[in-house]
Amino acid sequence: MAKKTPEVPSSSLADIAFMLLIFFLVTTTMDVDSGLERRLPQWVDPEELDDDQQIKERNVFVVLVNRNNDLLVEGEYSRIEELRERTKEFMKNPYNDEALPEKEPKEVQYFGEVMITKGVISLRNDMDTKYGTYIAVQNELVAAINELREELSKSHFGKSYKDLTKEQQESIREIYPSRISEAEPKKVGGN
Amino acid sequence: MSKFKKSGSNELPAISTASLPDIVFMLLFFFMVTTTMREVTYMVKITLPTATELSKLEKKSLVSYIYVGEPIPQYQKTFGVAPRIQLNDQFANVADIQDYIIAEREARNEAERNQMITSLKVDENTTMGIITDIKQELRKSAALHINYSSRKKVER
Repeated sequence: MAKKTPEVPSSSLADIAFMLLIFFLVTTTMDVDSGLERRLPQWVDPEELDDDQQIKERNVFVVLVNRNNDLLVEGEYSRIEELRERTKEFMKNPYNDEALPEKEPKEVQYFGEVMITKGVISLRNDMDTKYGTYIAVQNELVAAINELREELSKSHFGKSYKDLTKEQQESIREIYPSRISEAEPKKVGGN
Repeated sequence: MSKFKKSGSNELPAISTASLPDIVFMLLFFFMVTTTMREVTYMVKITLPTATELSKLEKKSLVSYIYVGEPIPQYQKTFGVAPRIQLNDQFANVADIQDYIIAEREARNEAERNQMITSLKVDENTTMGIITDIKQELRKSAALHINYSSRKKVER
């Protein structure tokens, strides 16, 4: 008669599982990587680059950051806290101000014919600008556009921008495009 | 009087621990699934800048990372304290970025190549000179979709 094999003791199973659990608890990192998403412009050969870009001055919102991390917005000294409001005003141009960008009519789904701004934001920085400041400025510019989209979405659809359908978001993005150009590197300001 | 007294002991029966391994295994599987191991050892010190308008990097497999920052103390003797670029597990020069991007691209599926994102993990005290160089290299290698990695700013 075959001998009965003794049962494998399972009392240590919990201990083994605990050990594994603690290992994964320690090595785990729950944080999702997040950041400012941007798209770089296509690479253009410097020799082919022509300087006669046909953008009127009133359509460009120039933001300069110098090596001391100071801001020059449209030719005047400014602080980061003021940048968001100024960007919104520039992109919106509520009173069709002569100094602010032109608008052109365009047919947009859900909205009908809307006047769309031709404004472009141009961000320039010095070689010695601190990355932290640069991100802070970028953040303000992106925030300004996001706020405009949110406001439009609230007033037109009565919903938050993130709750809209893909097509609705698309048409709002068409009205407030995110046109932030990061210009070719250049020296800004004195030494 | 002792008529009403229970004959058995008054102690509570011990809680059965038979289901303990099951509970622990459940937890274990949860952490095994959610865990993401750090893929490289940092050779540079990075304090990310803060921002509010963040978007999440959804697909980890499509992201390639570029780290920039001051070398950590053990490398400072050989590499100095000026900000350096780290690709994978070694220090690199600006000129190496194009090769790195090509290598990263080769490692992905054909279908996924145009969805690739480059995440720039840069210390906030780095100067823009090096970042601009990196950006130019990325443009040359047509890796245009980038993400400036940053932390969530706490509203005051």
